[in-house]
Amino acid sequence: MRPGPRRLAGIILMLAAAFLLAAPFAFKPYGIFILSMWAVMTIAAIGLNLTLGYAGQISLAQAAFVGIGAYITALLTTKGWPFWSTYLLGGVSCFAIGWVLGYPALRVQHHYLAFVTLAFNTLVYLIFRNEEWLTGGIYGISNVPRPDVAGWSMNGPREFYYFCLAHLALVSLATWWLIRSPWGRAFVALRENPMRALSLGVDTRRYTLMAFALGAGLGGISGALYAPLVQFVDPTPFALGLSLNLLLMVVVGGSGFFFAPFLGAMVAVLLPEWLRFTEGFYLMGYALLVVVLMVVCPSGLLGLAARLVRPAGRPGARSTAETSVAGPDAAVQSEGAR
Amino acid sequence: MADILQLLVAGLATGAIYALVAIGFTLLWQTSQTINFAQGEFVMLPAFFVLIGTGYFGLSFWPAVALATVVSVVVLGLLFKRLIVDPMMRHGVLPLVIATIGLAIFFKEAVREFYGADAQPFPPVVAATEVTVFGVALALQSLVVLAISIAAVVALQLFLSGTRTGRCMQACAQNPTVARLLGIPVERMILYTFLINAALVTLAAILITPIYLAKFTNGEWLGLYAFIAAIIGGFNQVRGAIVGGLLLGVIDNFAAAYLSSQYRMAIPLLILIVVVLVRPQGLLGRIEERTV
Repeated sequence: MRPGPRRLAGIILMLAAAFLLAAPFAFKPYGIFILSMWAVMTIAAIGLNLTLGYAGQISLAQAAFVGIGAYITALLTTKGWPFWSTYLLGGVSCFAIGWVLGYPALRVQHHYLAFVTLAFNTLVYLIFRNEEWLTGGIYGISNVPRPDVAGWSMNGPREFYYFCLAHLALVSLATWWLIRSPWGRAFVALRENPMRALSLGVDTRRYTLMAFALGAGLGGISGALYAPLVQFVDPTPFALGLSLNLLLMVVVGGSGFFFAPFLGAMVAVLLPEWLRFTEGFYLMGYALLVVVLMVVCPSGLLGLAARLVRPAGRPGARSTAETSVAGPDAAVQSEGAR
Repeated sequence: MADILQLLVAGLATGAIYALVAIGFTLLWQTSQTINFAQGEFVMLPAFFVLIGTGYFGLSFWPAVALATVVSVVVLGLLFKRLIVDPMMRHGVLPLVIATIGLAIFFKEAVREFYGADAQPFPPVVAATEVTVFGVALALQSLVVLAISIAAVVALQLFLSGTRTGRCMQACAQNPTVARLLGIPVERMILYTFLINAALVTLAAILITPIYLAKFTNGEWLGLYAFIAAIIGGFNQVRGAIVGGLLLGVIDNFAAAYLSSQYRMAIPLLILIVVVLVRPQGLLGRIEERTV
């Protein structure tokens, strides 16, 4: 790779990090809240990017996992449980449920899988709404407390923002490590050519389930942060709309690119706030952008950027549509590594 | 007994409408591997075309319906294929799924923006009276809906199996390569299925909107029900979509009456999950071969 693009990417990253660290001093509490929401949604989208972008399994159930994580945290912390135990419990239960939800993916693909996960999301939503004895029904659970870290209260908006940002950083590092490990290569092999991956000895069954479980677990963690951030949990945010929104975040950013969730969540969470004056037209414009992007460049905004920075010669490194080259390679490498 | 018969007829009537939408869904899939996530919005939209006709242009009901049909066939048939499906054929199934999700959001927001979020009343095809059959009072509307849907499905079947064009379309669905070798204009046949789909959703819109009112969110569950109907019956069969739609309508109505109205929506979803896991090809479907 020529040094140009990499240096450019480095500079953009540094600027972004500097902005994120300094932002709370420039914004009002509501702005900080929106930025924290961006961090929380990015974590959920990172999970979905693992499932969809790297392992190639479509899931329309991510909102259900964010919901499960949020409800577990809200239910237990309001009953006096310490935050960290509910946080872990949320992540682990979502991991387990995600593992089970992965089983349909072993039998069916593409649109069938999309609708099965969609059905799951709606079922979970119905449970949130109707089981009042547990979830409080449409009235939800209010006064979710924010945690203390080593004696420091995270109650203020600025403190909690840094708390979310720290989680985002940790999750990003863990994911970065994961996709460079043999596991990540196996995921890509699964996406590019499952038959070939299987014939090269990749246990596609286990990795499919693992892709779902990891994605769901990150959804649960995102939910565990959502509950204390909003301090109120009700069923509406976890309906199908959020799942579609998270899917679009990943795809608009560029499914299978590491930074896609960050960019996608920015487009879906931050931009609507800045473009508030456009009212309902924002969503229309966003929907049109998705359609046009899919027609012009299905590998998303980052795919488009990669194409602009590296014209011709080298095809985009990891775009979903254009790479049958990366798949078998990755499969072979992962074989070597195991 | 009377209750059961009333529920059955009402269920069959809504089921027949689901079947119409599901048939369109399966036709698009068979000829062009298009999974239209916006199919529900495709049903929601023509109702508003009719309302715009009667409201803004002051037309009476039937001319407005005629206008809405023409607009739907052009926008949801021709333009949908030319502008969105055609350029994306080479990208595979998934990007198209996502593009149609985007399209669904676009239609929904556009209606909310230009027509408001309130449910609008919609004129029924026949007056809301009851007729007595074997001593049971049945809604005339349900019977008319059922009759019109059956007539539409029979007409479609006759067209597909009885005319030359219809058979060419079937050939394209079964094997486009061979169809092309035999000199069938495959592209044009695919276009016909998009036009037929647009006509079917318009018919479904006119039949179902008087029951559920015209609202921008109608597409969310309509599309899901159409897909469930298609899956229950078998994705690659028109027959399957009919059986699936009727079955779903009846089950849904009985579940709402006898099990739980809160969890009404859950039953079709559970059926969907079970069918996909146990018999993904559907009750009447054939297994499609997997390509490596």
